[in-house]
Amino acid sequence: MEQLKSFGRELAMGSQGGSSKEFLDLVKSIGEARSKSEEDRIILRELETLRRRLSEPDIPRRKMKEYLLRLAYAEMLGHDASFGYIHAVKMAHDDNILLKRTGYLTVALFLDEGHDLIILIVNTIQKDLRSDNYLVVSAALVAVCKLISEETIPAVLPQVVELLGHPKEAVRKKAVMALHRFYQRSPSSVSHLVSNFRKRLCDNDPGVMGATLCPLFDLILEDANSYKDLVVSLVSILKQIAEKRLPTTYDYHHMPAPFIQIKLLKILALLGSGDKQASSHMYTVLTEIFRKCESSSNIGNAIIYECVCCVSSIYPNSKVLDAAIEATSKFLKSESHNLKYMGIDALGRLIRINPDIAEEHQLAVIDCLEDPDDTLKWKTFELLYKMTKSTNVEVIVDRMIDYMINITDSHYKTEIASRCVELAEQFAPSNQWFIQTMNKVFEHAGDLVNPRVAHNLMRLIAEGFGEDDEGADTQLRSSAVDSYLRILGEPKLPSLFLQVICWVLGEYGTADGKYSASYIIGKLCDVAEAHSSDDTVKAYAVSAIMKIFCFELAAGRKVEMLPECQTLIDEVLASHSTDLQQRAYEFQALLGLSPQVIENVMPPDASCEDIEIDKSLPFLSNYINQAIENGARPYISESERSGTASTIAVASASQYQHDTSSVHSLKFEAYDLPKPRGPVPSIQSSSMSSLPTISSDLVPVSEATYTTREEQQNPKVQTLADQISAEIGVRLRLDGVQKKWGRQTYSSPSAPSTSSSSSTQKPSNGMVTSETIRENTLDSRKQQIPEVSAEKQRLAASLFGKKAVEKKTQAGTRRPVKEIQPAVATSAPEAPKEDKVIAPAAPPPDLLDLGEPSETATQTIDPFKQLEGLLGPGAGSDRASGPGPSVSAVATADLMSMVTDMPPIIDSKSSDKGVISSTVAKKGPNVKDALQKDATARQVGVTLTGNNPNLFKDLLG
Amino acid sequence: MIHFVLLISRQGKVRLTKWYSPYAQKERSKVIRELSGHILIRGPKLCNFVEWRGYKVVYRRYASLYFCMCIDANDNELEVLEIIHHFVEILDRYFGSVCELDLIFNFHKAYYILDEVLIAGELQESSKKNVARLVAAQDSLVEAAKEESNSISNIIAQAAK
Repeated sequence: MEQLKSFGRELAMGSQGGSSKEFLDLVKSIGEARSKSEEDRIILRELETLRRRLSEPDIPRRKMKEYLLRLAYAEMLGHDASFGYIHAVKMAHDDNILLKRTGYLTVALFLDEGHDLIILIVNTIQKDLRSDNYLVVSAALVAVCKLISEETIPAVLPQVVELLGHPKEAVRKKAVMALHRFYQRSPSSVSHLVSNFRKRLCDNDPGVMGATLCPLFDLILEDANSYKDLVVSLVSILKQIAEKRLPTTYDYHHMPAPFIQIKLLKILALLGSGDKQASSHMYTVLTEIFRKCESSSNIGNAIIYECVCCVSSIYPNSKVLDAAIEATSKFLKSESHNLKYMGIDALGRLIRINPDIAEEHQLAVIDCLEDPDDTLKWKTFELLYKMTKSTNVEVIVDRMIDYMINITDSHYKTEIASRCVELAEQFAPSNQWFIQTMNKVFEHAGDLVNPRVAHNLMRLIAEGFGEDDEGADTQLRSSAVDSYLRILGEPKLPSLFLQVICWVLGEYGTADGKYSASYIIGKLCDVAEAHSSDDTVKAYAVSAIMKIFCFELAAGRKVEMLPECQTLIDEVLASHSTDLQQRAYEFQALLGLSPQVIENVMPPDASCEDIEIDKSLPFLSNYINQAIENGARPYISESERSGTASTIAVASASQYQHDTSSVHSLKFEAYDLPKPRGPVPSIQSSSMSSLPTISSDLVPVSEATYTTREEQQNPKVQTLADQISAEIGVRLRLDGVQKKWGRQTYSSPSAPSTSSSSSTQKPSNGMVTSETIRENTLDSRKQQIPEVSAEKQRLAASLFGKKAVEKKTQAGTRRPVKEIQPAVATSAPEAPKEDKVIAPAAPPPDLLDLGEPSETATQTIDPFKQLEGLLGPGAGSDRASGPGPSVSAVATADLMSMVTDMPPIIDSKSSDKGVISSTVAKKGPNVKDALQKDATARQVGVTLTGNNPNLFKDLLG
Repeated sequence: MIHFVLLISRQGKVRLTKWYSPYAQKERSKVIRELSGHILIRGPKLCNFVEWRGYKVVYRRYASLYFCMCIDANDNELEVLEIIHHFVEILDRYFGSVCELDLIFNFHKAYYILDEVLIAGELQESSKKNVARLVAAQDSLVEAAKEESNSISNIIAQAAK
């Protein structure tokens, strides 16, 4: 390995020597650029130079190679180098492998699958896939993975399939991955190759086998049933890996082939989902892996986490489930944020099997909720969302809204707003609360929520909540009106929310007689005035004003026209928006009618009444007959029209496919001449596709104009009313909206028994008992510290427990008692009275228990620190006194924590080099390397005192 | 699946980018800007994960260089964290205690190595030894090609005399 290392070094240096001064200068000046704009200027200048150079004739190929790398560099920094793409394509075609590699590298960096130049590279790839040199084939396969699009798959597919049998495992592996990519692009293209994948699963080379798991995972995700026969062999592969039967080169940090294990676990999770028989094969190996994985290393935890995922997905088995629960609780109790995050995620999966598991970890969850780390917080909200039920919905939604108000990222704001709405719709304990919650959501994220939600809210207010109690409905409405009038005082409200407010005020503003019509109208005018640029809000306001006028007139009361209302109507009459204009004209027309007519047109609270529409429109038949006599075309019903349209669509689509399957959707036949309009043509010739759709489109349009003209000719009030109420009706029709009031999805069957049994089972599970006890006691001591405030416990109680709510003080003590149970060995079912007695008595044994572990803990931590101090005093001080003292100090500390899970060899090496390195001005482990690097750096001209001294720091410490 | 790999320095300078899902050039710059804003400000003790646009970005800091990988929401974050480390260990073997400067001046080599570790957004080889062997084989081929071209040019030069 040493040899390889120095070899790599030499090569690296060699190529540096090979690169021209220009390129080194470029990189250097970019490195020293102090701002993004300076960097941009440099790159733009560079691109200009390259453009000029590339346009010169007869560029030597070596030079060309460097130009391309420089282009790639510019592209990497975010600039457009598309003028040079063609040169990269050309270089990939070169016979010299050195140049070919560069060509492929740059092509893969420059082009995406959809690019026009892809068609030019396909030929080169075809040729290279046939090459004798396996390195050329490999390079071509890497390019295939990146560049081949759905249309070009057929061009290379046969060759790639052939390469599955290549003698070199590196080529077989890449061929499998290329097929995997093809599957992602177009599943149908490789669906006939399933047997090949199965064969590769038995490949002699573990790398090829591991790669085959990628396409298999995708295939099984699509259709698990066809692959159930693989369960046994996959389990046996996993077992062999766990027993370290693979070559040790696949070990990673002392774990046998962890990446392959994880892939296998993912596939098993799919295969075992809801399948008792398949799952039963897996229990033994899962238990085995749980037992064998070291939870001290990151990769061990990655496997454990994947096991938990697998357990939560397959048919449950109490033994593995317990192991999974235990692993999860270890994650949650860990100090590492990463593990806590994984723990929260795992908990979210496990509560789907048994909702009571969460209860045990309530305080850990709340800690995560209050953690300053946004990622962790967000994950915890996701968990809460999953465990919401009617008992805790108020607390959870309140928390979510608080969080929503404080975040700025619109993606997450939208997400959390829609979750709030969903939870509120599902579990709302009272109507009042529901309205208030929705108001808050709208107020703070109104522009981000789905309009559907607004319509849903309006409908809920209009229809009441499904109960027959009319009184409750009116009460709800008036409280909604009250709250909206109050909210209107806020300076800035989202448009969607204002629409809801306007509608509710118009419909119910005056219903209970608390507010006068002119007061409400005045408010509505204010809204319209304040949002004069928002036509939708204005339209809602005008309609609402119109409704109030109508209700008043219908009730026989006189309404005076407020001056601001008059100005609003005048303004809207002259509006550019036809919709607004129409509303204003309708308003004027209505005012002139008699009260009886108005009551028919605008019956109060009619928004949820069904409107019957006679679709045959019999009153128009005279007119139609007349028109047909005069030579108009008869109406073609919608079904006929859509029927023809769809066949046309199919025909054209199939034709398109036919075209695209032959190279790149270029059409070589001439287009047909457009035919004069006539009866709908038969769809024999698919080339007619574009014409008939247009002509059939014309039909409904003309029909529509007929009807409107008819309406204008005899403006019957009835049609007008129909139109208005239909409009409202249409707005409120919310198909497919879920509405599940008060239905509980999680029923909690006899919670205490299961939770206590799980806690008593813990010690019997063996292996890490002492450790868990220690952790538990540690944890419980933490709880004794008064810092775990009563408030937090109350929160926990309201989130998790039903019984906890009853005895708030007990909520805190209950957990430690439960945890200590194994240690003290008290019987599981205890009277609550006893709990209270034991709780204060708990600390003494606690402390005794703690004495040892805490000491060992400090012992394990401290000596290292001391050693560090002893070993590298020079190094430490040197680093600290370097050019960027604070920065580098932080960086080293960081690195230490990062690489603690590294194998010991490297650790010892770096520490012993640390001493030497102190003499060589903070260099990396290998002195010779470091000196060489330093020399090149000088040669290149990058100085240590530049603005980024960290450039020289070894990445692995 | 890994959608892209980013190497950003602490100052927000881009050291390496590899995109496994299609992103337009403009979109790429935007993604980099947005993510460096999210990641570079995070404290040392926090999670190594950032949720972003429905995806997750796993990052790890080595000296002053951040290695970031963007993955799907249901991928295993800890695994990806180790894939990053796996890549860094391979770089370290190749360059011999790799530092940021190595990657700056030899970014194309880093790309070649990355191509042997990841392909189409998946880990293709989990054996460090195999990767090292392949990369070495390619390099020796390059060497051979160089010598050959040198000798040819020598012959031509001699013939010209």
